[in-house]
Amino acid sequence: MSKISYLSGKEPDSCEHRMIFKNIDREGWDPSIACYLKDGGYEQLRKALKMNPADITNEVKISGLRGRGGAGFPTGVKWGFIPPNNTKPVYLICNCDESEPGTFKDRYIVHQDPHQLIEGMLISALAIGAHTAYIYMREEFPEAAILMEKAIEEAREKNFLGSDILGSGFDLEIFIHRGAAAYICGEETGLIESLEGKRPYPRIKPPYFPAALGLYMAPTIVNNVESICHVKHIIEMGGAEYAKLGTPRNTGTRILCVSGDVKKPGYYEVEVGKITMGELLNDVCGGPLDGRSFKACIPGGSSAKILRCDETFKIGNGENQKELGFYDIPMDFDTMAACGSMAGSGGVIVMDDSRKMSWVLNNINHFYAHESCGQCTPCREGSMWMRKISDRIVDGKATPEDIQTLEDVAYQIDGRTVCAFGEAASWPVEAMISKFRDELEAETSEDNEYLSPEAKRQLKNIS
Amino acid sequence: MKTQTTFPAFAISSEIEDAANTRIAQYPNDQKRSAVLPLLHIVQHKFGFINREATEWVAQKLELEPMQVHEVVSFYPGFREHAPGKYHFRVCRTLSCAMAGSAELMDRICELTGIDRSNSDSHHNPIAVSPCGLWSVEFAECLASCGTGPVCLVNDDFHEDVAPEKAENLIGQYNN
Repeated sequence: MSKISYLSGKEPDSCEHRMIFKNIDREGWDPSIACYLKDGGYEQLRKALKMNPADITNEVKISGLRGRGGAGFPTGVKWGFIPPNNTKPVYLICNCDESEPGTFKDRYIVHQDPHQLIEGMLISALAIGAHTAYIYMREEFPEAAILMEKAIEEAREKNFLGSDILGSGFDLEIFIHRGAAAYICGEETGLIESLEGKRPYPRIKPPYFPAALGLYMAPTIVNNVESICHVKHIIEMGGAEYAKLGTPRNTGTRILCVSGDVKKPGYYEVEVGKITMGELLNDVCGGPLDGRSFKACIPGGSSAKILRCDETFKIGNGENQKELGFYDIPMDFDTMAACGSMAGSGGVIVMDDSRKMSWVLNNINHFYAHESCGQCTPCREGSMWMRKISDRIVDGKATPEDIQTLEDVAYQIDGRTVCAFGEAASWPVEAMISKFRDELEAETSEDNEYLSPEAKRQLKNIS
Repeated sequence: MKTQTTFPAFAISSEIEDAANTRIAQYPNDQKRSAVLPLLHIVQHKFGFINREATEWVAQKLELEPMQVHEVVSFYPGFREHAPGKYHFRVCRTLSCAMAGSAELMDRICELTGIDRSNSDSHHNPIAVSPCGLWSVEFAECLASCGTGPVCLVNDDFHEDVAPEKAENLIGQYNN
């Protein structure tokens, strides 16, 4: 194979290990099937078609692949949850509702390398025994929906999709289902409700684990775009070989999306845990803007708890306990969790010393207040309440007591909702207050009235 | 709304019927309801927004009660019940784009197109239309291109790195 060259300014950094993003912004690359086939496309499908489905699942288990959508749940284990004596049809859903603020990796895959995703879906469907698969595409990717549909058509013409694929007797149809700009559709049971043509109210688990009772109450596997693409590479390399990438329990590569106050924001595909926060922000992303210094960082999409750049963390127990500075945190799932945040979807948002934390928090609160689906009272009311309080802080109308109320509200949402949106909305508030309480309190004043005009009016009605 | 609309009035054609039937065929025969979102997209793309007549047509097509369709329309921010302008700008409001200046971009677009956003709010009235009916704006939540903010969608076209000073040029691309 000839040496790969990339568009100017898009060359991979020397620390990168490009697998999923090998073809992204590559010179001379286009999303057509001809281009993909020239690059060895659909070879892994041929290989997988000769394998026993259980062996494919096993390879994925051995690889240690963890879901790249946010939760980091082992993909092979998820596949294994389909009831063994199942008689209903099995569905595969590719979650392309990428909407966690700070995350922008799936966008490139579906716009530039659609066949990699289709091949990954074919192998995954083969493993779980699905004959119908849907790509739940967020509405804000109109161009990608057209591109993916074209790619599916191309694949069908070559009999990579349809019935009796390449004479193997295996059938698969892939359809695009477009969402309609609702963040909650990224939650897998919300997504399923949306695919059934309803409001995307998440389902309660148990009993509605999608692997048992998913789409149309049949076993359904919902996987992120990036996770599905990894399956292709696991088949190519073998699970054990793939597991050598990254660090133990945090295997493979992942795409980190960096945005905010750095010199070189963008996507970087690295081996999981092989790069530290400091290397990522200072070396790869070129450090802070001139004359600025880093202040805070959200490491895994806006739901992840914010970290201070001057913090140190104590991780591990007993003799193994060690201190870790912010810049020494390896970018993996487990250490990030031990530091009290999460690697989430890989969206790293960086703030420098020019940013007011109240403004940042208010922006995040507006997002969650807008996106709460409204099914559970603590989240529906609480997210709105938190937004109102942070509006007051930003407007300079808050009292010190408001900070306490804000924190109380957050802790009363956390853990009291059907889906993880409750945590997603409350963690940013909890973390921001615990790490930047002084700064937030400095923006409040005892002279402000604690009650808003509307609260005062309501009190009058009561008394 | 008093603004003149640039979209055709809702009417069923064989082209619309065919597109709808293709979508319905994506789902199992006894699960037609799944086609609610795809059918609403077809309607909105062609007619700019979804009115009562359109809701009833989708319901009848999928053997549902109109309310089952309306509850979907009224939930999703991606569906509209009023006409936008011929060119609809959706500016990303979320953190990374906001840090890159998306609020200023929105102000600049409104200034250049004569749009008054003072009565807009994110929940009940997100869209503001220019008096001439040609332009409209709305804040969108994270458009998933945080590394190249501020970003915006104009109808189905995606634009990255739209610093506020580039607003004039952006609008110029559509001003014809």
